[in-house]
Amino acid sequence: MSKPVGIVGYGVHIPRYRIRVEEIAKVWGADAPSYKRGLELREKSVPPPDCDTITLSVEATKRALKRAQIDPAKIGAIYIGSESHPYAVKPSGTTVAEAIGATPDIHCADLEFACKAGSEGMYIALSHVKAGEMEYALGIAADTSQGAPSDALEYSASAGAAAFIMGRKNILAEIEYTHSFMTDTPDFWRREHEFYPQHAGRYTGEPAYFKHTLGCAKALLKKAGAEPGDFKYAVFHQPNGKFPMRVGKMLGFKTKQIEQGWLAPRLGNTYSGASPMGLAAILDVAKPGDRIFMVSYGSGAGSDGFIWKATDKLPAVQKVTTQTYALLDEKKFYLDYGTYAKFRRKILKNY
Amino acid sequence: MRDVAIIGVGIQKWGELWEKSFRDIFVEAALNALDDAKIDKLDSMYIGCMSSGLFVGQEHVASVMADYLGQRHLAATRVESACASGGLALRCGLIEIASGMSDLVLAGGVEKMTDVSGDGATYALATAADQEYECYHGATFPGLYALMARAHMKKYGTTRDQLASVAVKNHDNGSLNPNAQYPFKVTLEGVKNSVMIAEPLRILDCSPITDGAAALILCPYERAREFTDKPVIKVTGSGHATDSIALHDRTSLTTLDGVKVAGQRALKMAGRKLDDIDLVEVHDCFTIAEIIVSESLGFFKPGQGGAACEAGETRIDGKIPINPSGGLKSKGHPVGATGIAQVVEIVHQLRGEAGKRQVKNARIGMAQNMGGSGGSSVVHIMEVE
Amino acid sequence: MNPARYAREIPHRYRLEAAKCKKCGAVFFPHRLICLKCGHRQFETIKISEHGKLETFTVIHTPASDFKDQSPFALGICKFPEGVRITAQIVDIDLEKVRIGMKLQVEFRRIQTDGHAGILSYGYKFVPVI
Repeated sequence: MSKPVGIVGYGVHIPRYRIRVEEIAKVWGADAPSYKRGLELREKSVPPPDCDTITLSVEATKRALKRAQIDPAKIGAIYIGSESHPYAVKPSGTTVAEAIGATPDIHCADLEFACKAGSEGMYIALSHVKAGEMEYALGIAADTSQGAPSDALEYSASAGAAAFIMGRKNILAEIEYTHSFMTDTPDFWRREHEFYPQHAGRYTGEPAYFKHTLGCAKALLKKAGAEPGDFKYAVFHQPNGKFPMRVGKMLGFKTKQIEQGWLAPRLGNTYSGASPMGLAAILDVAKPGDRIFMVSYGSGAGSDGFIWKATDKLPAVQKVTTQTYALLDEKKFYLDYGTYAKFRRKILKNY
Repeated sequence: MRDVAIIGVGIQKWGELWEKSFRDIFVEAALNALDDAKIDKLDSMYIGCMSSGLFVGQEHVASVMADYLGQRHLAATRVESACASGGLALRCGLIEIASGMSDLVLAGGVEKMTDVSGDGATYALATAADQEYECYHGATFPGLYALMARAHMKKYGTTRDQLASVAVKNHDNGSLNPNAQYPFKVTLEGVKNSVMIAEPLRILDCSPITDGAAALILCPYERAREFTDKPVIKVTGSGHATDSIALHDRTSLTTLDGVKVAGQRALKMAGRKLDDIDLVEVHDCFTIAEIIVSESLGFFKPGQGGAACEAGETRIDGKIPINPSGGLKSKGHPVGATGIAQVVEIVHQLRGEAGKRQVKNARIGMAQNMGGSGGSSVVHIMEVE
Repeated sequence: MNPARYAREIPHRYRLEAAKCKKCGAVFFPHRLICLKCGHRQFETIKISEHGKLETFTVIHTPASDFKDQSPFALGICKFPEGVRITAQIVDIDLEKVRIGMKLQVEFRRIQTDGHAGILSYGYKFVPVI
């Protein structure tokens, strides 16, 4: 087997603002308790107007660099997966690379595949390093997710980012196996020039999220010759609190394996950021030798699966910068719907 | 170097002059000054004007004003140093006469600020700050002075009441000035309860948006008597200094070193000490500005300017009257004109023409004009024979 | 915002790059071509630290039009260990709790948005230490 490759630095960023499900439900006359029960969502993060995919990516990457302790100029590629790139045309990656000091000798692409764009960036970054193309590559998962006012998505669409530096030296979590699984499934989309995505209601469930997540997970387990019990942790895409738990149980994973990376109930759905941020939360506590099972999901539709194994280098860097749960739970500001609507530019100014 | 005298002054009622154009505002004040000096031809002219390009879309001010003043082909120059443009125009005229190049020079200033919205005026004024490292981040002028105010309050214990006392005193004085934009009195409570602009500064801590102009006629001191029967006012000191454009680059956030240096230079040139000064017009664009300027000039020890104002030491009948005209606060602040109008007030005071706001036995007066958050300052000392 | 004008400040705004005089060691932010202290003309590029101390602040209630939607917002001057002071907005903080002397850290944020179609301008803001 070739020389190991894996995550050499990781970091997360989450905006400090939150809105509770009740506050949104109040405005639209919706039944908050049933949303909270049905979707297992309590609150979600909200980006203030000066936070976007680029700024969240920069802050997450700064934390990844603190853990990796590498010269940013040695990063050979940057991939940002997001469905809320601030520009329709002009890369997010150029700004992020410039901000972290990784320009000019670097390859860059912005990725989009609904909520799976982030794991795609990680996958491509890993592949470059594995192929020996470069010493380090950076994969970022970030979103300031859009959800139309009053739509079910408004209760979950949130903001956050996770950044992963892949390399061969001082690996924190080694990649063991990967698998990707995809079909053409129009369950959720956003057309050019539209503000908000549309979705196909219950079609987003069984034939979309579950089919692809399960398909990818099963293929990955088979490839690895592994069973759910072989893993200390598992993390799945989390469009709400309910789906990842359910899909995990369907595969035979237990709550204990899933809950460390299960951020959705108090973070919401960070779209591209969802499972990568869950992975970061797991890396914050994993011990050497722990194996981590990860499957993302992106509408359209497909899943990327990864099996990671924590190394003995991980514990030393877990606390060198702010951890995921601290970002999630500390120094929060709760918004009323009016301020939230202003922050998310949902107020139409007729001039 | 020749001594220089002021033989004519011109000013009009300031305010929101909806009916009057940029050029008419200036020409009216300039004609007043020409009439006051009893002359009709000039050798040259300097016009202080900060931002006519942004306020009325007109640059090339010298050409417009010379022509409309009936002095086509006059050697006219527009001078810009933000809100210190007027003071600098005077200094330019002074230098030209002192050098022997010209004899009859008009030094004036003008700004027409109400042809743009409040936002437009805020933007234009903010161009006097560091565009890339202050304004880029949202700094406004009230914001920059608020930063100074907060630092001064923290360091010296300057109080909210002391800031307000500057506005109260200047409006008291301005209520006696028929040309003032806001010739009404304000109360301590009124200032403290007015609309918040940039904490801790409220609207009544700020000078207003004003249309206005002012003009001075300068000539060699030895020729002054050819033109005027009024007391001849000699400009004995002129000091000019710059400082960093950005507030954060200053040695201290609670003093204005450019003001200090300009003041020292003016005193040195005049051969005077601070004790000799009978009254001073200072650049009170904000209440905190008057406090810090009065300290930086040396009238009070650092940190004591607020207490001195509160104690009445700077009133017309106080130890050192500051801003008997009402200051920028009450009289108005058409930015390019302010530095000239300060000297107009000193001339009125030294001539004994200041009416109800007359400072008793005024013989030597100082005018301090300032650009931006203190990035430039011009100080003049005038004396009556 | 003119793109060229914006782009040329990127090293300062994105990475807080400052110029350190090779002769006297004085640090300038942004860079200068001649040292204010000693007149030397050669500098090395250094990075300003992440944490600064708040020297003064205000809360702006009547901002310039580009900042209207953010009003009221705090603006402050922080002093950094390298000796330079920097002006920026203070965000993610209860405006009542801003205090002179508090430690703040630099965070990458969007600073201005040029209408619906113009460029997005990024740079530093100050946030409480987390």
